[in-house]
Amino acid sequence: MTEQLRSHRAYPSYPGPLCASDGANGNVASMPGVISYGSYIPYFRLRREAIAAALGTLGGKGTRSVASYDEDSTSMAVEAGRAALRGVPESAQPRALYFSTTRPAYLDKTNATVIHAALQLGADAPAYDMIGAVRSAAGALKAALDSAQPTLAVAADWRTGLPGGADERDGGDGAAAILCGNGGGDLPLVAEYLGGASATAEVLDRWRQPGDLASRSWEERFGEFAYLPLAESAVTNAFKEVGLAPAEIDHVAVAGTHARSARQFTKQLAGSGVSPGALADDLGAVVGNTGAAHPGLLLCSMLDSAGADETIALVVLADGVDVLLFRTTEAVTQGVGRRDGGLAGQIAATRDDLAYAKMQTWRGVYRLEPPRRPDPVPPAAPPSYRSEEWKFAFVGSRCDCGTRHLPPSRVCMSCGAVDHMVSEPLAGVPGTVATFTIDHLAYSESPPAVVAVVDFDGGGRYTCELTDVDPGQVAIGTRVEMTFRRVFTAGGVHNYFWKARPIRGSGAASPRLPAR
Amino acid sequence: MASNGIRDKVAVVGMGCTRFGERWDAGVDEMLVDAATEALDSAGMSLGDIDAFWLGTVGNYSGLTLSKPLKIDNKPVTRVENFCATGSEALRNASYAVASGAYDVVMAIGVEKLKDSGYSGLVLATGWTDGTEAELTAPAMFSLLAPAYSGKYGVDMDTLKDVFTHIAWKNHRNGALNPRAQFRREVPKEVIKASPPIAGMLGIFDASGVSDGSAAAVIVRAEDAPRYQEKPLYVKALSFVAGAGKGPIDPGYDYTTFTEVVASAEDAYSQAGVTDPRAELAFAEVHDCFTPTEMVLMEDLGFAPRGTAWKEVLAGTFDLDGTLPINPDGGLKSFGHPLGASGLRMLFEAWLQLRGDAGDRQIGNGRKLALTHNLGGMPGAAVSFVSIWGSEPAAC
Repeated sequence: MTEQLRSHRAYPSYPGPLCASDGANGNVASMPGVISYGSYIPYFRLRREAIAAALGTLGGKGTRSVASYDEDSTSMAVEAGRAALRGVPESAQPRALYFSTTRPAYLDKTNATVIHAALQLGADAPAYDMIGAVRSAAGALKAALDSAQPTLAVAADWRTGLPGGADERDGGDGAAAILCGNGGGDLPLVAEYLGGASATAEVLDRWRQPGDLASRSWEERFGEFAYLPLAESAVTNAFKEVGLAPAEIDHVAVAGTHARSARQFTKQLAGSGVSPGALADDLGAVVGNTGAAHPGLLLCSMLDSAGADETIALVVLADGVDVLLFRTTEAVTQGVGRRDGGLAGQIAATRDDLAYAKMQTWRGVYRLEPPRRPDPVPPAAPPSYRSEEWKFAFVGSRCDCGTRHLPPSRVCMSCGAVDHMVSEPLAGVPGTVATFTIDHLAYSESPPAVVAVVDFDGGGRYTCELTDVDPGQVAIGTRVEMTFRRVFTAGGVHNYFWKARPIRGSGAASPRLPAR
Repeated sequence: MASNGIRDKVAVVGMGCTRFGERWDAGVDEMLVDAATEALDSAGMSLGDIDAFWLGTVGNYSGLTLSKPLKIDNKPVTRVENFCATGSEALRNASYAVASGAYDVVMAIGVEKLKDSGYSGLVLATGWTDGTEAELTAPAMFSLLAPAYSGKYGVDMDTLKDVFTHIAWKNHRNGALNPRAQFRREVPKEVIKASPPIAGMLGIFDASGVSDGSAAAVIVRAEDAPRYQEKPLYVKALSFVAGAGKGPIDPGYDYTTFTEVVASAEDAYSQAGVTDPRAELAFAEVHDCFTPTEMVLMEDLGFAPRGTAWKEVLAGTFDLDGTLPINPDGGLKSFGHPLGASGLRMLFEAWLQLRGDAGDRQIGNGRKLALTHNLGGMPGAAVSFVSIWGSEPAAC
């Protein structure tokens, strides 16, 4: 069965470079840049005052985003990747995938292959992890922009520190995906990549040993001493490289591992001729610093608010400095990234009432008494391999008679035909709760488990867990959409699969991004 | 589909059933020996008289599970498994073996040891999977019936809670009269209603007991039965079906019925020539794994018209002194549910009741047929067994 269904998989045939790069043979000159982009912010945010209330510390203002108990860097990257690829034409489908995070779900084993599978990229498209350091994300983005073929640079992170500390308070969780490639012809870019510059130095400012929850960092003022000259040098070189003056920059954001330097350098930019109105919000007040995801998130945020033909500067301070300069096109205003309100719309649909103890439980800081049930059994490798399309991409099958089957089936439950099925992707199809229950006894990393029978628009039913949900708010008729999650981890194996979540409303009562 | 049945071709001439419950005092071996010995005694036989054995058990493998403790040397022992209907499956296959003429005297025996797991709930081994099936507990699966039934028939959830409470109260009340039951005390309705939630609107008292136990039957050809037993029980119908498991994937399924039960009941009534089960049956043992299951089964088995079982439950129709007593021995709820033994335990109540040996809970409505219903799986993806037994060989 699997072989037969796999034969229906889309392996997009890439026609080669869309046009000649030098334009000398009469073709339109191609230009590297951003084809599409997407961001992901988890449903839950923690008010920083909740930390103060729990620990008796000073706490802080605003909120930070918190990945749910069933999310990790890989699952959030899938969500951002789905957002970036929604509606992207076949010719622009990624021919390579670069994944960055400082919190990889696996070592030795590539995490990008999970994202690759969930996004249904072609088997001939490579998928690489560029993981460990925050700077990997800047490197992945630059590498994707330098690639001749459409390449997806996706970064996801969850950031924390020891209870009561600045990293716990100021960190954030989220993901961003930037689809890069050569535009021109019938493949419009939302922003052209103008170029950039880097500066590198060996600085022991922030570090963490594998397996540790919290990072360590050197005395704060030292980082400032090390970073600021590097940043000045890289930005000056970048402006020179592309022939832009500071006053010509319309949007600039500074991401970095050293908060004080990022703030200080942002001020310095304003003093060096960059218009104060060009300084973009750093998302610190509402989302927090999302580490490896932050450069991409800031780029998404700037693209969301930019008009056509505007310049964007992204500065990343992380063990050196990377500067990337873009110029938006007309396409940015109709850009796919702005659907559903873009990043600001996503944030508006989240909630900020997460309890501190809940976050610490999800992070594994508090270990709760488990139910008196056996631990879950890890998924086995061969059946997971055989059902890759189903497990990772939520692809069912559809009979010639039109009946949908989840999971894919060889024999039709309606007409009985054998092997008259084609693959039917259902991850993007919304559904309705037919009936549901709240399971107080089932194993869950955040009990109780809410399980619903979901009927999909256009046919097909599946029984699955609900997530990002208030058990008291579920009803027969609740509208849901599918989301990629880490259902549980057992025996060192992460069980990735799809859950349903209530379709996020407009979130009228939720906070908005502060105006810049 | 032909389903000819073996009506009046075989008979039960002896039965045994251990006390069900948390049998910290006994293992699988002890319980098998107890049930087999009691069954042989009641048939006036010894182990050597049995030609072949069918063992129903979910958690134990192979015929050796039975042959080793009983020291059965070089005789056929077949181990069968079919979810919670495992005991009935042993009974059914043993009956067919006699009806076929392959053997003269056989034993069907079921056993389960659930309480040695260290967990209070039901724990079953799972296979190697891709990890995509939702991890629902059994109460969660069956709790899906409640909101669906409420929505379809416009019965508000508070009333449904009263219905489920009545079912649990009734089965505890019946079990209190049964010395072999796991739970032998009446429980006030307010205690049942206020019990801690386990899944959906179900509380701990809406669930059957997780128990250890064993039950056994000795089966012979009907014409041979009088040689062993003054009051044998004659088979009227044995029907077993497995559904296609479509419920969880078919939007057409509404979670207010077990289609497999409807099919197996129709087949069984046809085999037995029963046209009005509510009037013809003396009582029924049904698979009350959770209280909503018993309510829905009343409609699926044809004891109440669709959408009315909730009213009939509240009216006491299925109480011990009602029109059609259901689970007079306490059912899974109160007698307990050692998976492989449960189907045979249901038959054991028929054995007692139809022969007038049920003591304090003896039903005196004069009818001579009993039905057992055994379910495995979950709503929408189940196996179902229905059998009908009579105290008289000819059509009653």
